[in-house]
Amino acid sequence: MTQRYPHNKLFEEILDPANRHNPYPLYAQLRETPISQQEDGTYVVSTYREIEALLYDPRISSDQRKSTRGPPLKFRVRQREPEGSLPFVFLDPPDHNRLRRVVMHQFTPERVEGMRDYVIPLVDELLDAQRNRSQLDIVDDFAHPLPVRVISKMLGLPLEDRSRFEVWVSALVRTLEPPQNVSGEAEVEQRASQAAMQMKEYLRGLVTIRRDRPGDDLISALVVSTSHEDAGQMNEQEILASLQLLTLAGYETTVNSITNGVLTLLRNLDVLARLQRNPDMVIRTVEEVLRYEPPVQYLTRTTLTDINIADVTIPKGATVVLLLASGNRDPARFPDPDHFDPDRIDNEHFGFGRGIHYCVGAPLARMETHIALNALVRRLVNPRLVADPPPYRELASLRGPQHLAVAFDSLSD
Amino acid sequence: MKIVVDLNRCLSYGQCVFAAPNVFRFRGEQSLEYDYNPADELRIQVERAAAACPVRAISIGKDEHDDLDLTHRKGDYNEQ
Amino acid sequence: MTIWISLTGRETITSSKSVTTSFVSIDRVVIVGASLAGLRAAEALRDDGFTGHLTLIGNEPWEPYDRPPLSKSVLAGWLPIDHTTLPQLRDIQAEWILGVAAVGLDRQNHQVHLADGRLVDFDRLLIATGTRARPWVNQEEAALDGVFTLRTREDSSRLSTRLASGPKHVLVIGGGFTGSEVASVCRELGLPVTLAERGPTPLVGALGQAAGTVFAKWQRQYGVDLRCNVTVMALEGDTQGRLRRARLSDGDVLEIDVAVVALGAIRNVEWLHDAKLAADTRGVACDASCRAFDEDGMVTDDIFVAGDVARWPNPLYNGMLLSVEHWGNAVEQAKTAAHNMVCVPSERRPHKYLPAFWSNQFGVNIKSVGLPTIADEIVLTQGTAEERRFVAVYGQKGRIVAALAVNAPLLLPAYQALIEARAPFPPELYAADGPLKLRPVSAGFLPHGHTTHSPGAASTGPGPSTPEVQPIGKDADMLADPRIPLGPKSL
Repeated sequence: MTQRYPHNKLFEEILDPANRHNPYPLYAQLRETPISQQEDGTYVVSTYREIEALLYDPRISSDQRKSTRGPPLKFRVRQREPEGSLPFVFLDPPDHNRLRRVVMHQFTPERVEGMRDYVIPLVDELLDAQRNRSQLDIVDDFAHPLPVRVISKMLGLPLEDRSRFEVWVSALVRTLEPPQNVSGEAEVEQRASQAAMQMKEYLRGLVTIRRDRPGDDLISALVVSTSHEDAGQMNEQEILASLQLLTLAGYETTVNSITNGVLTLLRNLDVLARLQRNPDMVIRTVEEVLRYEPPVQYLTRTTLTDINIADVTIPKGATVVLLLASGNRDPARFPDPDHFDPDRIDNEHFGFGRGIHYCVGAPLARMETHIALNALVRRLVNPRLVADPPPYRELASLRGPQHLAVAFDSLSD
Repeated sequence: MKIVVDLNRCLSYGQCVFAAPNVFRFRGEQSLEYDYNPADELRIQVERAAAACPVRAISIGKDEHDDLDLTHRKGDYNEQ
Repeated sequence: MTIWISLTGRETITSSKSVTTSFVSIDRVVIVGASLAGLRAAEALRDDGFTGHLTLIGNEPWEPYDRPPLSKSVLAGWLPIDHTTLPQLRDIQAEWILGVAAVGLDRQNHQVHLADGRLVDFDRLLIATGTRARPWVNQEEAALDGVFTLRTREDSSRLSTRLASGPKHVLVIGGGFTGSEVASVCRELGLPVTLAERGPTPLVGALGQAAGTVFAKWQRQYGVDLRCNVTVMALEGDTQGRLRRARLSDGDVLEIDVAVVALGAIRNVEWLHDAKLAADTRGVACDASCRAFDEDGMVTDDIFVAGDVARWPNPLYNGMLLSVEHWGNAVEQAKTAAHNMVCVPSERRPHKYLPAFWSNQFGVNIKSVGLPTIADEIVLTQGTAEERRFVAVYGQKGRIVAALAVNAPLLLPAYQALIEARAPFPPELYAADGPLKLRPVSAGFLPHGHTTHSPGAASTGPGPSTPEVQPIGKDADMLADPRIPLGPKSL
């Protein structure tokens, strides 16, 4: 019998690490009220229809400096430098549009498709290293190193420096959590600000090198374009902020879509078997994983004016949490939502968001996840979960297992 | 194979262009144009495009579905 | 049956009753019109469980094909013409009669008369005959080599070949969506093109003068020789019957070798001449369940209408009979009509289509939701015309009735909700990329009949028996003749 909580305390429970492995019953309780004001004043939106409406609503802002609470931790740590620029994910139009457009001019279908020939052998290489073992940690041995290398290759980040990036990225990622989850906030802020500055310094150095000798990587492409066809559209601080964003997103999200995918398949062995028989099924399977266990569980926004929605008035400047993972399980939108069904029709999930901030990296993430899941399912003989539920990462927003131990009989070719 | 895109539903997210750049492309920044009759060799790319579209604007003609383990009729699904 | 309607307007059926209890026994369904609406209706009939005999009749010899690319990617030479065939989304097991026109309807005997003399029996009939291009008024001039209309794939194929051969100067007559798209393709191909529009701006019929002024500017920036408030008085040919010249009402004589007549569409209702249905140049009037009205205003039981040829009461516009030339309506209305044809009366559903259309021209994507043509005001709410990306909202008597998004399709869903809610105009949005102060202006729509292109969507009277609106204050013949200029109309 699931514990019931008062509605205005449900989000607090959802953030509690003890509930990380299965927040879905809590989401179901929340959905009884589409828009629920929490004790601390945050408005949590948990139903599909309302989440979708707000993601498209021009009165909703991604720039939380405009909220009555002021800029949250993740904003403050990036603005310590005098001209510290926020990444476009935290900005509204017109600045958001200007910056995203410049990035998209280089994050092209050709560039993404060009990564395929890097991803395929890399996936096999990571698996080959598991030969002669009987168990692997999907996260440490596979789902984490894969996207790290892929984004590094795409951006042109030297692989030998990735341990430095890991430190910076984890410090920054901690700031994505709402205040109540961050104990010792002052210390977290200090470390994250330092990480942000150090990372930007590093990236600045890289940008300078590439300006002199451009390669075929994305950093070079951005540096060259902002001197030529996109001149005047993105200054250096903005380039650094964009690169920092792409790195962070590359490091911290795809790991969860792969791991959540493996976990879900191992809990649904009939689907795994179908996937083994028919690798093309991975296309729909990944979409259903993105619905069922999205790597990004919620987004935070603020409002530019009062918004009347679902019989509630969200005041101007409020902090609004859009609980994507709950919308993905809304029975009013998805029949039998808690059933993992890759054959589902009309699977318009929130796995990559919606609206103008729709995930830039989605095509790359899909490619990596398709290839990764197909390879795992093809090559691990008799894979099975060692611990269910596995231990989870502390992060509530970017949700996934910390480790996923999978036992297997052998590794095929 | 034959496809059609509902260009009213289409919001120019562009995921299709990434999945099947020889079938879908943007003319100007937001105007999608596409080949209604892509070569059969591009079938998987088109399937990826249809699945990736956040608004499900792409429909694929029924001949192609029969080959894959993706055949699905409305009635089957609703029997649960 | 629960139907969930998403923000983007699609219905998802989340449960359905068993077919046997919700079904009427019908043996023969005939669909006249084998284009988009006809095909989607056929699929919907089979989806809804109809197992009887299905006949699709089309006057063109082709399987159903999509029309929008005919004035865009086909014309530009990018898409081969036979790549426009529409996919069939399911098996329909139909008898296809293609290349044969329907010439009459005998309601008493439930038969369609075909041009080859055949009689086709039906228990249920769907009229989906759509529209055809309005030809140039002067038949001799229209027959000149080099004069084109653009509606069918043959038209598009021929015109595309001609444009590819590098004509010296193209004249487009009519600045609606089709005309503007053709002019856009001409510029893409590097061809000199003049666009003559009787109204004060291009697209004034569908979008009004305020918006039309923006598009006029862009057309000129793209190198179109745009002539507004101007008509083409005559087309002249040489002794071999080839088009050579056009005389414009502004006194100019253009040396042209290609003229594209884009003067709007004529509903294909002539074949219903003796059927005593409520059918006239505005289309065939039907009720909210798509059942045709007869000329006395009585609804029929066995005749349904869908697509461009239909006029039906739209609840969002106070039950006014609406007539649109929208792709989205052809699809939706076909499905509604098909469902209603074969289900028991208690399970019929009303056709609740929110008008929506798109166009791609001059490097911009234009999308609209709602019915701009009934609006009195318009206001810019997001973006700017200078950056070629904006949203504008239309209001009628203080309520939002439509929205226009240019190069900003992602912004449109929010406005759809406002339109459906009949939210107050102007809307209070405080959008981050909106103007500091909203400044509504007159939308600038012309009285009925003043433009020489289709408005694409029109409110056509409150009831099936409402007579056709006579243009006010002008001789009807004058307005109907696209060669006669009207003089400048300012806001």
